[in-house]
Order: sequence, then structure tokens, then C-alpha cells
Amino acid sequence: MVSHNHTNATVRLKGLSDKKKTALAGYLFISPFFLLFAIFGAFPMLFSFYLAFQKWNGFGEMTFVGVKNFSLIFTDPLFWKSIYNTIVIGLLGTGPQLIAALILAVALNSAMVKFKSVFRVAYFVPNVTSIVAVAIVFTVLFSEQEAGLVNATLSLFGISPVSWQTSEWGAKIAIATMIFWRWVGYNSIIFLAGLQSIPKDLYEAAEIDGAKKWQQFLFITVPMLKPIIVFVVFTATIGSLQIFAEPLIFGSGFREESMTIVLYLWREAFSNNAFGTASATAVSLFLLIIVFTTINFFASNRLDKSGK
Amino acid sequence: MLRKKGFVNKVTIHVLLIIGALLSVFPLYWMFVMATQPNHVINKLPPAVVPGDKLVENFRNVLENVDFFGAMWNSFVVASLTTLGVLFFSSLAGFAFAKLQFKGREKLFAVILITMMIPPQLGLIPQYFIITKLGWLNDLKAIIIPGLVNAFGIFWMRQYIKDAIPDELIEAAKIDGCSIFRVYWNIVVPSILPAFATLGILTFMFVWNDFLWPLTVLRDESSYTIQIAIRALQDAYVKDYGMILSGTFWATLPLVVVFLMFNKLFISSLTQGSVKQ
Repeated sequence: MVSHNHTNATVRLKGLSDKKKTALAGYLFISPFFLLFAIFGAFPMLFSFYLAFQKWNGFGEMTFVGVKNFSLIFTDPLFWKSIYNTIVIGLLGTGPQLIAALILAVALNSAMVKFKSVFRVAYFVPNVTSIVAVAIVFTVLFSEQEAGLVNATLSLFGISPVSWQTSEWGAKIAIATMIFWRWVGYNSIIFLAGLQSIPKDLYEAAEIDGAKKWQQFLFITVPMLKPIIVFVVFTATIGSLQIFAEPLIFGSGFREESMTIVLYLWREAFSNNAFGTASATAVSLFLLIIVFTTINFFASNRLDKSGK
Repeated sequence: MLRKKGFVNKVTIHVLLIIGALLSVFPLYWMFVMATQPNHVINKLPPAVVPGDKLVENFRNVLENVDFFGAMWNSFVVASLTTLGVLFFSSLAGFAFAKLQFKGREKLFAVILITMMIPPQLGLIPQYFIITKLGWLNDLKAIIIPGLVNAFGIFWMRQYIKDAIPDELIEAAKIDGCSIFRVYWNIVVPSILPAFATLGILTFMFVWNDFLWPLTVLRDESSYTIQIAIRALQDAYVKDYGMILSGTFWATLPLVVVFLMFNKLFISSLTQGSVKQ
């Protein structure tokens, strides 16, 4: 019986034209993605939008509550605090970091540097370290004790100990430092790849015209790197909006001064069993990402126009 | 005069780079220092900056608190199987998008690119309930199966296969009577080994270090990946920092060693992955 079916199928396949067989194989080869995406990507995403309008504790009945979940989170000061925190930590962690990465890249690109590959490895190794490990190490580095390494170092400069984990700015600076540390080398190597692709004769021509080094940097290096800078800023923005592990581990739970949007979402869902408001938070995060991406998009477009 | 200025520049640049490198490596070194110190050192002034003698004892305490090797094994299983799946299914789909003609090909590829922009947290809660419904809570399948193929992998493979393999080669093989899967297996796979290496490293690292999703679906200690296990160490009520950092250090070491061994390949893989995107 089985072999009979098999022969039938083979005969049918042989009857197909070559073109049809190719098309069939094409659909077959791409189907695993669409299958998995339907179950674990598209459906959950759409269901999040549905859940955002329901009241649900995870096991009982769902009840439709209209926009109440949104009004609940929008009137919760902690929700707004979490958005504020996310933006502040994101800016602190990426702004200075990208500038430092660019400086390191320019330094590494200089012809006179020896042991370039050693530096590359040293700068890159933080990025191989997991966020959990980074957050644990920095929790101890930024210990609130006087003897914490960062506090002890600051005291050498006459600065009194900072309560890193429980103060408004302390927590943000410590978390931003983790992000800085883990990504600065990575981004500097991306910038370095960009620098190496800038034709040398541009600099030679500028040199002949009497342009100083900083002028060359401002009028050749930065414009030529623009596509890479735009890309890095895009990814850094989206990554910043999704910060979760660092504040969870560093703040040992859900402290107000280090609450981020994803942490707020996670707490609503898996600590408070409020899956409706958690989904409303997820939808808000999605909209926020769209807003920030659009801002980035228009900013880079405007930069493009003013550059020409 | 000019030569003197060049020398000063050279020294400045090197000093800058060396300070940067030291700051970059120091937290890792210090993680090792703390992994060898007794807990009370954490409150001692001046802070310890050289290794102590508690290397073995601290790690023994780790083993008493979490199933360290079990968690390492779980991470290894999850990361390896996911990587294998991603390599196979992404290259298969990438091949289809690059070289096979079928209706709607460009549109379907555009759909795949668009799915890359969806933040993973958007579907987190329903995903959690799907996993619960499937009975995969506390099961490594919950991590592996949803991760078996992803949009970035397909995109990456398509770009590579498009340039790496001439259309004539595929046509010739088809005329010789090769089935399309044979073309994939005998012609495409051997020509894209570098792309496998890059995508493999990217995927393995990503899965090994992932935290949010495993934290959500792996609640039972026997299913912990290493990231969740060291987080559990740190989350304990009584904090023994020598022990916590010992666990963190030994959990970090394997990947760092592999990175140091293949650093060129790692750096180019991880940065190419983003530059080409």
C-alpha cells in the first residue's frame, strides 16, 4: 500500500514540468520559516494587540475592557518613569560611547600604531561576555560600600561614596557604564572597517590644500562614515529601548530608579499576573520604537540633504 | 621639529589605546580576582586587585548552590541545536530566494525583511502561553524550536549564495538530472562554508548569551541555561560574592577562550553581520 502510494507520487512528480518542480522546491525550502513565524511570531504579535484590550490574569476568563489597560498604565507614574529611565539610560550609555568608539577607531586606524590586532582583541572581548555576567560584575564593581572598587577609586579624588544601586543618578550611570563597556569596542571596530574603506587620496588632496587634521576629520572622515554612523545609531536606539537584563540584575529586582519599559512589561506579566496591562505595555513599546525609528529616519535624511 | 611632533603624536595615540585596552579587559580580570577571594574581601579597604587562594573553594560552593555543569550542558545543547537548525533552514531558504524561480519570490522576501523590524518583546506574553499550551515549559524545546530559523539568517544566506554560486552551475547540474535538493546539498553547501562559519558564530553566541526568553520559559532548575543559573546564584538571599563571581567567571571563560583562539573569525563574523545588514 505504502509503496503503491509512493509510486503514484513519483509518477505525478515526474509529470510536472521542470519549472513547476523548481517552484515547488522553492516554496518547500522557505516554508519552515513561515511555519515557525506563523506560530511563534505573527500569531503572538497579533494576539498581543488583542490581549491589550482584555483583562486577564493568565488562567481565568478574559474580559474585554476596552482601552482601560492603556488608561491604567498611562496614569501609572511608574510607567512614565520607566520610559524616562529607558531614554536617559539609553542616551547616557550610547551617546558618549559612540564618540569614544569613533576616537578609538581613528586612533587604531593611524598608520603608526603597532600591535593593532592585540588592541582589536582587547576591545572586542567585552562583547563576547554575556549581559548577565557583565551585570553581575558591575554590580560588585559599583557596590554601595565605601570599599566598592568604583567608590574606593573615587575616594582617591576626594569624592565621597555614591549609593550606586539606590540613587536616581547612581543607578543610571552604573547601568549606562555597563552598556558603554560592552559595546564601545564593538562599535569602534565597525567604525574602523568604515575608516579603512575611505580612499587615502582624499586625505592626500586635503593635505595639499592645507587642511588641518581636525578639518580632515570633520569634512572627510565624518561625511564618509555617515552610512555606518546612521546604522550604528539606529541599532543603538532600538537596543536601548529594549534594555532589560542590566537593570533587573543590577537593581536586584524592580527598583524605581532603574525600571525600564521592558522591565515594567515583565513585572506586570510575570510578577503581577496582569497580562492585559503587560500587553498594553508591549504595544506601547512597539509604538515607541516606531516613533524613534521614524525620528532617526528623518534626522538622517535631513543630514543627507544638508550634506549636499 | 616635525619628527618630534610625530613622536609625541605616536606616544599620545598609544597611551590612549593602552588605557582603553586596560579598561576593556580590567572587569574580566577583576572577575577572576574576586572568584579567588573570600566573601569578606568585598568590604575590605583597599580593594583586592590580585588573586587570592579561594579559587577551588569558591567553585565548590557554586556547585553546592546550582547544577553548574548541568546548566552548561543545557546551554551547549540549546546553542548547538539552534545553530544547526539555523544553518540548515536559513541556507535552504536563502538558496530558494537567491536561485530558484517561483511566483511571489520578491514579495515573500520583502515580508521576511519586514519581520526583522518587529521587536521580540511585542509577542513575548502570547509566546509564553503558546509554550505553556504545548507543554514545553521548563523544556529546552521551548528555546530550540522557535529559534530554528530566523529572518536574519535567511537574508544573510541569500546575499551570500547570490554572489557565491553562478547560475550556470546550477542549471548544468539540473540538466544532468540532479534533484533540486541534490543541487543544494552537493553544490550550494560546499561553496558557502565561510557563510556557515559566520552565521554559526553569530547564532551560537546569541543563543548562548540570551537571557529574556530563557528566563521566561525555564523556571525549573533542571532546565536552566548557564545565564539563568548564574542569575540564580546572584539572586540568592545570602550573598557570597566570591562564590557568585566564581560561577560568573567559569561561565564566561569557555566563550572567551574560544574567542581568543579564533578571534579573527569572531570579530569579522560579528561585525560583518551588522555592517552588511
